[in-house]
Amino acid sequence: MPGGRRLFDGLDLTMRGGELVAIIGESGVGKSTLLNILAGLDPADEGSVAIDGIVLGTLDETALTGLRARRVGFVFQAFHVLPYLTLRQNVALPLALVSHDRRAIERRAQDMLDRVGLGTRGDGYARDLSGGELQRVAIARALVHRPALILADEPTGNLDPDTAARILSLFAEAVREDGVAAIIVTHSRAAAAIADRTLTLTSGGLIPAA
Amino acid sequence: MTATAGLMSARLALRWLVGGEWRAHPARLAMTAIAIAIGVALGFAVHLVNGSALSSFEGALRTVNGAADVQVIASTPLGFDERLYPRIATAAGIVDASPVVKLSASVADRRFTLLGVDVIRAAQVTPSLIGVATAGVDRSSDAAFDGAALFLSPAAMRMLRTRPGAMLRVAANGRAWPLRVAGSLPGVGDAQAIGVMDIAAAQWRFDRLGRLDRIDVKRGEGATDEALTTLLPPQAVIGTAASDGARSDALSRAYRVNLDMLALVALLTGGFLVFSAQSLSVARRLRAFALVRTLGLPRGGIVATVAVEGLAIGVIGSALGLAIGYALAYGALSRFGGDLGAGYFADGRVRLAFAPLAAIGFFSLGLAAAVAGSILPARAAARAAPAVALRNAGDLIDPRAPVAWKPAALLVGLGGVAALLPAIDGLPIFGFASMALILAGGIAGMPWLARTLLTPLARGPGRYVPFDLAIRHLHGAPGQAATALCGIVASSALMIAMAVMVTSFRGAVDTWLGQVLSADLYLRVDGGSGLPPAVQARLATTPGVARMAFSRQVPLTLRADRPPLSLIARPVADAGDPTLLLLDRAETLPAGATPVWPSEPAARLYGWSVGQRITLPIGGQYVVAGIWRDYARQQGAIVIRDRDYARITGDTLRDEAAVTLAPGADPQATGEAIRQGVPADMRERLSIAQPGTLRAYALDLFDRSFTVTYLLEGVAILVGLAGVAATMSAQTMARTREFGMLRHIGVARHQIVAMLASEGALLGAVGALGGIGLGTVLAQVLVHVINPQSFNWTMETRMPWTTLAGVMVALVVAAAGTAVMAGRRAVAADAVRMVREDW
Repeated sequence: MPGGRRLFDGLDLTMRGGELVAIIGESGVGKSTLLNILAGLDPADEGSVAIDGIVLGTLDETALTGLRARRVGFVFQAFHVLPYLTLRQNVALPLALVSHDRRAIERRAQDMLDRVGLGTRGDGYARDLSGGELQRVAIARALVHRPALILADEPTGNLDPDTAARILSLFAEAVREDGVAAIIVTHSRAAAAIADRTLTLTSGGLIPAA
Repeated sequence: MTATAGLMSARLALRWLVGGEWRAHPARLAMTAIAIAIGVALGFAVHLVNGSALSSFEGALRTVNGAADVQVIASTPLGFDERLYPRIATAAGIVDASPVVKLSASVADRRFTLLGVDVIRAAQVTPSLIGVATAGVDRSSDAAFDGAALFLSPAAMRMLRTRPGAMLRVAANGRAWPLRVAGSLPGVGDAQAIGVMDIAAAQWRFDRLGRLDRIDVKRGEGATDEALTTLLPPQAVIGTAASDGARSDALSRAYRVNLDMLALVALLTGGFLVFSAQSLSVARRLRAFALVRTLGLPRGGIVATVAVEGLAIGVIGSALGLAIGYALAYGALSRFGGDLGAGYFADGRVRLAFAPLAAIGFFSLGLAAAVAGSILPARAAARAAPAVALRNAGDLIDPRAPVAWKPAALLVGLGGVAALLPAIDGLPIFGFASMALILAGGIAGMPWLARTLLTPLARGPGRYVPFDLAIRHLHGAPGQAATALCGIVASSALMIAMAVMVTSFRGAVDTWLGQVLSADLYLRVDGGSGLPPAVQARLATTPGVARMAFSRQVPLTLRADRPPLSLIARPVADAGDPTLLLLDRAETLPAGATPVWPSEPAARLYGWSVGQRITLPIGGQYVVAGIWRDYARQQGAIVIRDRDYARITGDTLRDEAAVTLAPGADPQATGEAIRQGVPADMRERLSIAQPGTLRAYALDLFDRSFTVTYLLEGVAILVGLAGVAATMSAQTMARTREFGMLRHIGVARHQIVAMLASEGALLGAVGALGGIGLGTVLAQVLVHVINPQSFNWTMETRMPWTTLAGVMVALVVAAAGTAVMAGRRAVAADAVRMVREDW
């Protein structure tokens, strides 16, 4: 209950691999907080979250960190591509956190860059890319370690509509191909449209969007 | 590809993070490494110079002493009765003993130590003092027993510009004789000017019949110092290699420790600079750290990343520092000598000796400063919630958040308590601990000070938008201000503390000199001997002389492990002497007691107080009649009435005089007349000076002994100012998006630059006020705790107002100037690019 305010009750959501769920809701309703809880970054006051059958509430901080490293991917509105790492290193970062087999890591990162259409740009840096390209790098990074769940917070919030559409399409395709469960928190109707299910977050819980 | 989460598994990611940061900001890392290098270099250089000087001095002492097991040493240059020799030589457990006469001798105006030895005994006990004639070892030749033969060490040979076979007219103890250079002393090191001759000839020719200055002893099993001590008269003490070492160490220990501490200040400042730079670097990377935390890097990974950076800064800086330190030490030894200008080791050459243990020590200190300066901000970054930090680093700043002051107050309080504790083994360890605690407390209190000073301005009505923005930014984020300032506050506080101490000391010495130098002329005869009574009487009647107060100053060894103090025999007026500035006096003295007046350092070193009965090795019992202020003799002095001294010792020679001129007498002409009245063979050893010259000379000596202090202070300030420049620049560049937003809403570029100038000036002013306030407090510890405990003299605090004003202006100008320069760069970019969310 961040800030002492109860944000939502009665929230119940189960997802399967390859399913893409969009969550919409008014500003301040707690969409980002919900993502934080799902990622184990914030604790829930009540109830439980399980990823691949592992209940987050039973894990300490170290185990939660390990779980995120292996089973969760993230896509942010502000991309968060580190400016001092090459694009290949940025994509490979989640793997480099759990393994030191440099060759294998870089090979996998290159595969991901190829998938998002940036295969020739792996040695470049963030400052060379447009917003759309940066978000492609972020998507590659979210998928590189074959997570069970991807959490995307307004992934097209900083992009123009055409670029946003292309990114969403790429994202949905990749998620389905890899059989990863993905949640997109968004204000964008276009973003919601690519989802298998669209839910509205209210103080009473998640309800199917109209 | 195995996948296990944890710090070790994440080492590839850690390497990328550290390497990426280094590639992106090489200048920042280079600057912090240089800051550490400067601190390590200064510390190592000062340590090397001091260590080399002390080692050379001890080596020289061992050479003069001939490396005997034990020595019986005369307490004064008057020596002791030679009948002590057979009692020592035949004492239980003594294998052999060699009697020595030790004289301060000169050839023309060049001085050396002349030893008279019994060549047969010395061959057994101190073979290094055996001369070698040009034809070979001289033990069996006639030259060894020739009363006119003199063997010289290589250094003495060089200094006297002579060679074997030459004749020299050697003066000692008021006598002068021609001696033939019969050979050299190969066993004596290259640095010491020593001459050796037959003991009987030395006693006879130089008026030392029946007296010895030393007995070198070769000890067997079962002989103890205690057993030897029971044989000694009051005029002699036991000396060993350990007491020799302690004596040479005590001579300059406080000065060396103070210099070491000052050098460590530079290192501390470097550590603060690393802290500043790393804090800013961490603040800039907060969202990057939040990202990798979100992606699965353990909390410890953030600390490890920044600590590894600190470690690398420390390794590079410390290694560089050791190299620079060695070069600095070499340069300093050539330029200033082994005592860095302080005048402790006036004679002999000093060779630079590399000290591996000290190198390891200073390397580790540099490393520790860099790692500690990195870990503190890293821990703060690791504690930040990743979800909040990811969204916006600005969310972490809350202008309403109270600023903690209790830890700072606690540290200052502990520092105050430490200042009240006594010295340990003559060193003000708690005094330095007190300074460190107060400094740490003062720096920890900087956010509180910034908030307190800026609150009235922040609450005031709006004046000028850039100025208001500047105030509100600093007021809202006082921690950032403190980060930028900690290096310069530390260095300026310590610099001001030193400046206050030096000003107080110099002022006290200047005032004291004005009070004690009340005569019109001062004369002095060097070389151990003095003016006999007949010459004194004749000089007193020189035309133009109204009064002449003769005195005698001889070294007096009270303890073998302490340098000798000065026994000053001089007239002391019954009704109080204006040139003997008493700090404390006995109201009444026991009838028949012989009064003596120890100086303040002597009283503190030997624990004497007024009214106390004491014994002195010249024989007899004395009562401390008063304690006087003396800034000239750090090892202490005791004044005794000249008539008492003559009665007890029989020594009527005098080597100094204060001359009061008759009204209208010309000082130059009278001085020349006095010179003509002195026996011809003493004239070249006679110096006559006016008080103005002596005062200027004394103050010049004072300033020279603080040359290195000023140098170290300057370096610390420069490192601190570099820190302000770097942190101001980094903080400004980190706010590019804020400036972009301001420009979007209509704030002009020049207004942003004005805002930054205001911030810089305010920051500089807060830093200067903090530094001056903290420095003034630290100065009280220096003046009233460390100085008395180190040098055994006290003084009043005097403030160097001009220096304080200079520091204030320099800091304000430097901080504002740097902010403006960084600001111009920051606002030069296109406003739209500045607000892009891709950092």
